[in-house]
Amino acid sequence: MEHKIIFAGFGGQGVISMGNLIAYSAMAEDKNVTFYPAYGIAMRGGTANCSVIVSDDTIASPVIASPTVLVAMNEQSFDFFIERIQIGGVILANSSLVKKKPARDNIRSCYVPVNDIAEALGNNKMANMAMVGALLKSSGVLKLDTVFKTMQKTFPAKLQKFMDINQKAMQHGFDAAELN
Amino acid sequence: MAEKVLMKGNEAIAEAAIRSGLKCYFGYPITPQNEIPAYMAAHLTKKGGTFIQAESEIAAINMVYGASCTGARAMTSSSSPGISLKQEGISYLVGAKLPAVIVNIMRGGPGLGNIAPSQADYFQSVKGGGHGDYRMIVYTPETVQEAADLTMKAFDKADEYRNPVLILGDAILGQMMEPLIFKEPSGRTFDKSSWKLGNRKDRPSHLINSLSLSEGVVEEWNWELKKKFDLMTEKEMMVEEYLTDDADLVFVAYGTSARICRAVVNQSRKEGYKTGLIRPITVWPFPSDVISKCTRKTKDFFVVEMSLGQMIEDVKLAVLGRASIHFHGRPGGGIPAEPDIMKQLKEIMKK
Repeated sequence: MEHKIIFAGFGGQGVISMGNLIAYSAMAEDKNVTFYPAYGIAMRGGTANCSVIVSDDTIASPVIASPTVLVAMNEQSFDFFIERIQIGGVILANSSLVKKKPARDNIRSCYVPVNDIAEALGNNKMANMAMVGALLKSSGVLKLDTVFKTMQKTFPAKLQKFMDINQKAMQHGFDAAELN
Repeated sequence: MAEKVLMKGNEAIAEAAIRSGLKCYFGYPITPQNEIPAYMAAHLTKKGGTFIQAESEIAAINMVYGASCTGARAMTSSSSPGISLKQEGISYLVGAKLPAVIVNIMRGGPGLGNIAPSQADYFQSVKGGGHGDYRMIVYTPETVQEAADLTMKAFDKADEYRNPVLILGDAILGQMMEPLIFKEPSGRTFDKSSWKLGNRKDRPSHLINSLSLSEGVVEEWNWELKKKFDLMTEKEMMVEEYLTDDADLVFVAYGTSARICRAVVNQSRKEGYKTGLIRPITVWPFPSDVISKCTRKTKDFFVVEMSLGQMIEDVKLAVLGRASIHFHGRPGGGIPAEPDIMKQLKEIMKK
């Protein structure tokens, strides 16, 4: 099984962090993984994306021509990548910002209002974590428990106090995700 | 067993260098290789090494020359435009028979270009970007694991041959994170007492330079260097052959392009096309014999590069007209896309 995931959104939405977390967690599950970020000129408010491949087999190319899952945190990312999703792949959209529906019927979709989920928890920075939860549910790429444990291991000490709310956001995203 | 870690290619190269006993790193910042100097600044000094952010690339390569004269393991890294600036120093290192490890994480050119991945420095790397008759081993890793392994090897080979060694990667290799396990360095030691500079005490004086105006001396020196280059050609070539045994068409690609071709090989085999891949791990010495031998059973070679076509010239020299050669290239920071290569492959196979 090979998951080819493109995470995309505004700089500052935690797009790279999502990819990082999935990459570290995949390693914890002893999967093969590659993480390739758009680098260099990223800035808050600009566009950000990264490509993560998680596979049971050796990964040939780390470059994703057609993703199995597109995680679109905003509408620009949706527009930019939607046609590239593999047939039978999944558009996972942040429905708090993405209002469009895909104009193609050969992919599946999962819309989760992750900004609203984060705001309901009182911290809008948690939207990306809610999205990771939704990704885990809709793709089955990794176990939620693995990701929880990886966060405990990889969060720097000064962020450990935010562990609860991060995990709560992830759980809420997981619970809210429904694949259509 | 050593622990598996997740690292960028750039960081893995830096860590592998430190584990190989690197004593001196000199560099000047340029994207997409900045993680190397950043890692060195944070970690090399803690291991007792020296890190200097030089005032320019030219200064950095000449600091490498100086440090290497004293017998220390020395290294510099940069990206394409910065590596162009180092060419004079590289020629001097070869001329003076000095070991060094140089890393080029290639970006789009020519000129200042962009910061996207590229393989357009092939000519510069293997045909001598600097002046004079010189050669150096050029490693082209395709994974983060291989980047670390070949970095360790590069230090040994540099010392063994008293010659600079180049690690040639593209920005994807540098920026990508993958899990890897650091292997133990070889632990080989090299006696440099017969040539290195330093506190002379009672020994005869040593002289390291690359200049002689006396008649015939430089020619003789070149013949000496040639013996070394011939030995490298004979002993240091590395190549991977992937599914070439029964292949009707064989891709030839290195680094990230090779990974993309591997994906195409896997996919095309599922669709019934017998394809394979020859991946040079050293682009100098070039695996000419392996390609040449392959022409006995394969009549189509498909070269893929992130350039307008540079390595293809060496493939042509190896094939010598005995098979057709096809090409797919993306210059200036473009990345070859699997579907595009697949489409071209199907057109070739139709004929």
